[in-house]
Amino acid sequence: MRIERRLRQPRWLIVAVPAGSLVFAFFAAGLVLYATGHNALSSYRQIVDAAFLNSGAIGQTLTQATPLAFTGLAAAAAFRMRLFNIGAEGQLFMGAITADAAGLYLGGHGWPTALVIFAMVIAGCAGGAAWALIPGALRAFFKTNEIITSLMLNYVAAYVLTYLVFNTESYWRQTKGFNASVFPTSKTLPNDALWPSAMIHARGGIALPLGAGIAVLVAFLLWFLFTRTRFGFEAQVLGDSPRAAQYAGMRTRRKILAVMGISGAVAGLGGASQVGDFAHMLDADPNGLQKQYYGYTGIVVAALARYNPLAVVVVAFLIGALQNAGNTLQGADFPSGLVGVMQGIILFSALGGELLVRYRVRVGRTMPATEAA
Amino acid sequence: MTVQSEKDRRGADGAPPPPAVEMRGIVKRFPGVLANDRVDFEAAAGEVHALLGENGAGKSTLSNILTGLYRPDAGEIFIDGEPVQFHSPRDALDARIFMVHQHFRLVEPFTVAENVVLGDHRGEGRTFRLRHRAIEQRVAELSKRYGLAVDPRARVWQLSLGEQQRVEILKALYREARILILDEPTAVLTPQEADVLFETLREMAAEGRTVVFISHKLHEVKAVADRVTVLRGGRSVATVSAADATLRSLASLMVGRELDSGQPARARTPGEPVLELTDVWSDADRGDSAVRGASLVVRGGEIVAVAGVAGNGQRELAETVAGMRRATRGKILVCGKAIRAGDPRSAIAAGVAYVPEDRLGTGVAPSLSIASNLALKGYRERSSSHGPLLRIGRIREHAVELIQRYSIAAPGPGAPARLLSGGNLQKVVLAREFSGKPRLLIAASPTRGLDVGAIETVHAYLREAAADGVGVLLISEDLDEILLLADRVAVMYEGAIVGETSREEADVEEIGLLMAGGQDPRAD
Repeated sequence: MRIERRLRQPRWLIVAVPAGSLVFAFFAAGLVLYATGHNALSSYRQIVDAAFLNSGAIGQTLTQATPLAFTGLAAAAAFRMRLFNIGAEGQLFMGAITADAAGLYLGGHGWPTALVIFAMVIAGCAGGAAWALIPGALRAFFKTNEIITSLMLNYVAAYVLTYLVFNTESYWRQTKGFNASVFPTSKTLPNDALWPSAMIHARGGIALPLGAGIAVLVAFLLWFLFTRTRFGFEAQVLGDSPRAAQYAGMRTRRKILAVMGISGAVAGLGGASQVGDFAHMLDADPNGLQKQYYGYTGIVVAALARYNPLAVVVVAFLIGALQNAGNTLQGADFPSGLVGVMQGIILFSALGGELLVRYRVRVGRTMPATEAA
Repeated sequence: MTVQSEKDRRGADGAPPPPAVEMRGIVKRFPGVLANDRVDFEAAAGEVHALLGENGAGKSTLSNILTGLYRPDAGEIFIDGEPVQFHSPRDALDARIFMVHQHFRLVEPFTVAENVVLGDHRGEGRTFRLRHRAIEQRVAELSKRYGLAVDPRARVWQLSLGEQQRVEILKALYREARILILDEPTAVLTPQEADVLFETLREMAAEGRTVVFISHKLHEVKAVADRVTVLRGGRSVATVSAADATLRSLASLMVGRELDSGQPARARTPGEPVLELTDVWSDADRGDSAVRGASLVVRGGEIVAVAGVAGNGQRELAETVAGMRRATRGKILVCGKAIRAGDPRSAIAAGVAYVPEDRLGTGVAPSLSIASNLALKGYRERSSSHGPLLRIGRIREHAVELIQRYSIAAPGPGAPARLLSGGNLQKVVLAREFSGKPRLLIAASPTRGLDVGAIETVHAYLREAAADGVGVLLISEDLDEILLLADRVAVMYEGAIVGETSREEADVEEIGLLMAGGQDPRAD
């Protein structure tokens, strides 16, 4: 038996393999459930209920999925050009910080909410982009490996976030009220800086957060940018062969800066959405932003979506559903460790299935098919 | 050292020794292609055996089978009369069969010495800690003994292709290869370098090794081989003694028809200068200057060839004119206007087209579609984009049109470029470069690694370009090609143009002398 590279990747495989992977994953996870004395079928039933069917389930899923869509899009935008921006995590923190500042500063002065939200969006993009441009510039001008620099900056961003919540003179810190003197916490956004959500009257009401809508819009914009514009064409060439890009007279440095900036801006937008849509404050507490690892999960989302921005939205929704179901499921008779195992199996088989799209397994003594000499 | 096995010596007391390599009835099928159809091949110890055939005749497939890269669908392989089955390249290496591929298998960031020991699981390569000094010394010894000049400490990416080939041969010698297969080794060499290589090969054969020399160049085969096996369309057509064969008979065996010896270029009246180089200098990848005060003029409608031994700054010169390498000194004028140093876009805008030596990787973006690659430079033009937006439909139509006009054998405009054969890839590059309506065309080794038919096509396109008034700067290490195409020949040595002559007055020996660093005899 041997594994060989496919000469061509048939279209049907791109759909069939992920579907097959999912079936396999549920089968494998079923074995684990069975072995630990759970009824696999009823567990799956619970997962589906918790993710989609229960009252408010879709809303919960969207809460999980929205930040993943942003970080997934951020990763996909950069990875398409083979710029490995691992820093969506930190860029999201930075976007949250700047967007929160904009909301705190502009909100509560009687400005129209739309204007305040717009300012928060711009501030979030700017914060994320600025943070991403640090590894971007290092890469463009000094050929520094952006994987390492962007990753390291995640830790810096996390400490900056913590500092801004805990420092007594911080603009972001709540100083009034009883709780504030007991435990440090950040200011809550004024009402006119909160992001609205659209209500769909089905299944007890589904709240569509504004951020989710923005994420879908960004996905379409990125798709258009990468497939229909000169900019996207240049990024594609540069990702495939930097030498060919230079040969064709493309401006390499500018493109690296621009793509890193876009990637960071999208991640920063995710931070703005976190503050505006969900948290309504900057949080650094143990279950806050830093414990969600949206930036890293976003890389998985992007990889599963094969860096296609439109697919990122779909994958983010599914992964969000899985995480939401996991949160609901874990309890006395369903240890949280088991939830982790199931999520792991599903992700593992989904990524493993990718191998089958690019390679095929052959049994027998035939040899790899390469182009004839 | 004499390389001989137990078996050979035992063969002496009776029957003649079995051939070092024997392949019988080899069949290898690829999807849609029968690459080897019951091929028989044998080569004795101590001989240089040429494997002659056009591209696609099955030479590379056969050698890939012999080196364990492919497994045959049918057929047997005997080494010294013993049947063997290679399950992997490692098995073939253990049998001391070594191949120098056309595209070198070298790790570019590593030094020469590191590349030589890499993967050698018997000696130095096996120890946990590399003893650099000892390895370098051994490599230096080997390179001295076989006349394979190369610095063991140099990093491979800094070497010319000719030097990289020497590293590959050193790898084989280091591993004490008994059977050495070279796939079109002269494609990257000058005639002089090729002669040196032939001497090395003869010497290796004289030591009892078997050298299998794959080529489609008849005179080389005749010059170096003892025997020749001709492959055509996946079948072995004949095995003949090289001494008895004539170029004509080999040619007809190879192509199944007799070849025209190409048309000499007709006289053209050159126009205005399209390229003027005055004392141009530019840096090499490693430290020093590669182009050192080169001066040259190319006029519209003429083909000027730059001849030279690989690594004398020709590649760097081409890159400098194309804007891919910054000129540190001197003046480059294209149609009378200076181009910005180190800015390919400014060169393209000035009308410089460039066919780079490295087709896959520089000339095209391999994973992108053929349509994208045909638009690689033109995407900025009005015809392909509308402000920042691409006109996808127009790009595709344009691609379909070019594929047809240049008869590029491609599954379609959407297929990735890397699926194309070398000749078709070169057609993609040429089609794109010509469609930019250039004033100056730089062609760096444009026929390297192509088969006879594709070479003729490329030559025809270059002539056509000159006939249209384009100035062509041809950089080639193939003197036959130069004499066939060029109106003027300039010889480059150590980064400078050391001599220039018209084709009518060109004398191969004199050019060879200049290439080798000899002085121009007319100077005194």
